[in-house]
Amino acid sequence: MSFLRKVGLIAWKDLRAEFRTKEMISAMLIFALLVIAIFAFAFDPTRDEVRVIFAGLIWVAFFFAGILGLNRSFAGERINDAIHGLMLSPVDRSAIYFGKLLGTWVFMTIVEIVALPIFIVMFNYTPAGSWLLAGTAILLATLGFVAVGTFLAALTANTKASEVLLPVILFPVVIPVVIAAVEATRGVFGGLPPADFVTWFKVLGVYDAVFVAVPFLLFEYLLEV
Amino acid sequence: MVVSRSRPASDGAPAIVAGMGAPAVAAGMGAPAIVASRVSKRIGPRMILRDIDLTVDRGSFLTILGPNGAGKTTLIRILTGLLKPTTGRVTIDGRDLAEVPAEVRRQFGVISHHSYLYDSLTARENLYFYGRLYDVPDLPRRIDEVLAEVGLELFFNEPVRTFSRGMVQRLAIARAIIHRPSLLFLDEPYTGLDPQASETLSSVLSSLKGPERAIVMITHQFDQGLAMADRVVVLVRGRIAINEAAADLTLDELNRRYRTAAMRPDDGGDTTRADRGVTP
Repeated sequence: MSFLRKVGLIAWKDLRAEFRTKEMISAMLIFALLVIAIFAFAFDPTRDEVRVIFAGLIWVAFFFAGILGLNRSFAGERINDAIHGLMLSPVDRSAIYFGKLLGTWVFMTIVEIVALPIFIVMFNYTPAGSWLLAGTAILLATLGFVAVGTFLAALTANTKASEVLLPVILFPVVIPVVIAAVEATRGVFGGLPPADFVTWFKVLGVYDAVFVAVPFLLFEYLLEV
Repeated sequence: MVVSRSRPASDGAPAIVAGMGAPAVAAGMGAPAIVASRVSKRIGPRMILRDIDLTVDRGSFLTILGPNGAGKTTLIRILTGLLKPTTGRVTIDGRDLAEVPAEVRRQFGVISHHSYLYDSLTARENLYFYGRLYDVPDLPRRIDEVLAEVGLELFFNEPVRTFSRGMVQRLAIARAIIHRPSLLFLDEPYTGLDPQASETLSSVLSSLKGPERAIVMITHQFDQGLAMADRVVVLVRGRIAINEAAADLTLDELNRRYRTAAMRPDDGGDTTRADRGVTP
């Protein structure tokens, strides 16, 4: 079986298991919805203020909901020591990484697809720009976040305080993604000319390329730790 | 058969025992299934294994006994490539495990006291997942076969989390053999099983013995371990303290020699006696 098929198979396994229990995705969705509700009550922004803070608000919800998903991505492999079952199979160790990445990317994207319209309704905000560009920014930012997060989740999964440790070591590394995601989304939703925010798309693209390639090279060593 | 490469004839068993018609398997035709040469493992300040020499041929069943902390699980992890030895090397069918691990791993089946199963998936989904990872041909039929072999054919659609410990262990066996592995590693497979489930497991394991398969089992059950084994190795403090043909041992004698070996004080850096297979 080809490398990509094995990646798909590992992601299929995660999706199948999750959609049966819905433990992780329901926690991520509930968290995102709670953030929306809290922000909606905490702020009473004017139309102009919403335009400025909206991108930041949605990414706070998405990234912190994503942390919940990342924490669970390798925790499931530790139950029954299933990670050793994977490591013993004739699968390239990087296929395990990409399979886990793909699964978490799908979960986070589902949460974003559900939460974004609710954000828009709750804040009575009408995005001005292209939905295609907005979708691209969200997918690129989510990929960068999940690429680093999956790698670090594997690193912290064996520690006693992994759920605390992961966000502490993840957020300093993903600061470029956080800033670029907010700026790119703000530019697109604000209806600015593409020249004003294209740089942030480039930042996201480069970050994604680097942080998908680095774990690809290092994941085998990480699993041996 | 299992032999100790450096064991002298004075331990009562022949130094080299002929294999039981080992079939041509993979690239290393004629080579022993597993060879561990001078394998040592240090974890932190502690030496877990010291200069282990083992050879396991196809068609043989090796039982590894030893007190807790003797290094048994570490040895299995090194033999399966999950851990790298600090010094020494392991070859599988003559090929270095460190150089072609993914290809070599295709031959491995591992049954541990952990099941390696996914609780949220059904028995069939677990077997489908592992079967696809190993590229098992005609997978649906093979899944039916192994489920019947372990007596779980009626529970194929039940999530693993609803299974009893014995059922989980039987499904773990099905998972481990679905790709027809030629090297089977069993790490305390009887842990937590009631007598009936243990009996079922023994019966399944007996059926797995064959000329094409080498089996290495860690257990604390002396009677079951000795009954199935062609050879018995006792690890004490990371060293081979006893390495004997099972036919040359009675259960009482094994118990007596095991106790003597386990109680013998650690002789520090002197590895010569134990590593040569000299028994107390």
